[in-house]
Amino acid sequence: MNWSIMQQALPVFVHAFGLTIWLSLIGIIGSIIVGIIASLTQYFKVPVLSQVMTAYVELARNTPLLIQLFFLYYAFPVIGIKMSAEVCGIIGLIFLGGAYMAEGFTGGFNGISTSQINSGKALGMSRFQLARYVVFPQGFALSMPALTANIIFLIKETSIFSVIAIPELTNTALDLTGMYYRSNEYLLMLVIAYAIILIPVILLLTWLERRVRYGAFGN
Amino acid sequence: MVHSGINVLFEGSNFARLMAGLWTSIWIAAISLIIGLAIGIIFGILRTLSNKFIRFILRVYLEFFRIVPTIVLLYLVYYILPRTFHVNWPATWMAVLAFSLWVAAEFSDIVRGAIESVPKSQRESGLALGLSKIQLFRYVLLPQVIKLELPATINLATRVIKTTSLLLVISIMEVINVAQQIIEANNQQYPTGVFWVYGLIFILYFVLDYPLSAWAKKLTNERK
Repeated sequence: MNWSIMQQALPVFVHAFGLTIWLSLIGIIGSIIVGIIASLTQYFKVPVLSQVMTAYVELARNTPLLIQLFFLYYAFPVIGIKMSAEVCGIIGLIFLGGAYMAEGFTGGFNGISTSQINSGKALGMSRFQLARYVVFPQGFALSMPALTANIIFLIKETSIFSVIAIPELTNTALDLTGMYYRSNEYLLMLVIAYAIILIPVILLLTWLERRVRYGAFGN
Repeated sequence: MVHSGINVLFEGSNFARLMAGLWTSIWIAAISLIIGLAIGIIFGILRTLSNKFIRFILRVYLEFFRIVPTIVLLYLVYYILPRTFHVNWPATWMAVLAFSLWVAAEFSDIVRGAIESVPKSQRESGLALGLSKIQLFRYVLLPQVIKLELPATINLATRVIKTTSLLLVISIMEVINVAQQIIEANNQQYPTGVFWVYGLIFILYFVLDYPLSAWAKKLTNERK
């Protein structure tokens, strides 16, 4: 181990660190939004849309992110759609993450006891009110463990962005290795960087999971 | 114009080469799963024992794999083994090593969770009947554990299959690496070939993974 080599690489790593966090954040927020829309349309069996969403979820969940990214980055320009690597990365991550989130939320929504739904209907709630005040709060709490797992998964998946040359953490470490041939130092820094991001995230989400367990009320 | 590109798949031996690449991916996934599941069972059982030291070590092992992305794991094995430990294995072996250790970590947690969720009364009834520890495990716990963990194990298998797409980064000649060569070699004649080649691989992965994940979902729903 050569510490001065690591010190010199620190500014580059800090920059990549920021990019990984930024891309993860956009990816997670986008995935949650897509996931909520997809799972609600499936839950309320909205005609046509719910079938489309089911097909999307299965397609995205059963194919690797790498090939999704290659398709966006290399194959889409052929049909006239050209996007920067970063845009492809974010779209790919949201495409994948949205499907995982949808599965998680659907699991949560299906966990709500039918008496809750029937009570809401008996009170004369509209579909939207039912979604807003009954299904969503309880379903969200029930799907918290899945949400936690998906967030951690998506942060780790940003490492695959390295294959389309987005200068995030993994790509940066490889670039430096290629230039200076010091793989041990840069790979150690890479692992530490992921630990710095993920350990607080895991701790925070585990704490949050315990807090929202009230959603299991009535089951 | 896009239509003509599909012919790139049938030019020369391209299709056979892609299939051979896919076979490499499947083969690596299968071997890693077999080794990883075997180690994972042992680790999972060890984690339910009362020895704090063993449990701590295995917990750290699991957390390491929860934090490090699989692509980084491949690089760690690929760069560190030859340079620091002078182990010069072929890349496929290194991939099997990285994947097996990762599968073992994930599976140990699945096994631990399943063992712990078998109702206490089952264990106590077995002991009351005078079963030995091994008999208790073999006839009472194991059948129930297998049933409990099966959907999660199938999902893990689908993830391993999907993750084989990363093998190109350590220059294994798997399906995507072959695809890149085909695309480059045919770029002049079939400029739209890239669309069809990656499209085919997208579909191939879906065909491999969808039946498994549908099976896992069916098992989960049956339990409810």
